[in-house]
Amino acid sequence: MSPTTEVLLSLLILAGAAFTFIGSLGLVRFKDFYTRLHGPTKATTLGVGCLLAASSIFFSITGEGLSLHEILVSLFLFITAPISAHLLAKTALHQGLPLGFNITRQHDTDIPRMPIKDS
Amino acid sequence: MLNFALTLAFALVATAFAMSFFRLIKGPSAPDRILALDTLYINAIALLVLFGIQLASPLYFEAALLIALMGFVGTVALAKFLLRGDIIE
Repeated sequence: MSPTTEVLLSLLILAGAAFTFIGSLGLVRFKDFYTRLHGPTKATTLGVGCLLAASSIFFSITGEGLSLHEILVSLFLFITAPISAHLLAKTALHQGLPLGFNITRQHDTDIPRMPIKDS
Repeated sequence: MLNFALTLAFALVATAFAMSFFRLIKGPSAPDRILALDTLYINAIALLVLFGIQLASPLYFEAALLIALMGFVGTVALAKFLLRGDIIE
């Protein structure tokens, strides 16, 4: 393995692990459910995507031939992550979970609204 | 260098695991717990991929693919149960 590919692999692995970490950090630190939903669904998909790209490069170099079955996992995650996030948001709205502090404060102040036109 | 990056990545993903587990235990509402489970299975996929790179064995992808499939089905089933009171109507 040449030094260039080793540096590239290390960067991809570190970026993926950092994104996974940040996603879970958002899950712990955010105030209400709707903002908590935002953290993991975006960051972990990107994080696992980076890790799978690193793994694909690693096994293409060390193993025999091109290693492409990581794309299956990442494609599946890219398809299913929005669906599960959508279902979870629908569930939270159905249960009437409260909004966070900042969001309710914003609604209390006088934000100029668009006038509703009669059709 | 690759070994150092792998060790650091293991530490980061393990911390992410612990934080998702904290939300799973604490989470004030049921959707919070489902979201924590969702994050946990994605973290498990990341950990399996890292193991596969460290041991240089391509055996771990099948496990990662299976966890991705089953985790999605589980999340959808739980969310659907909370949403409709039934899974298959």
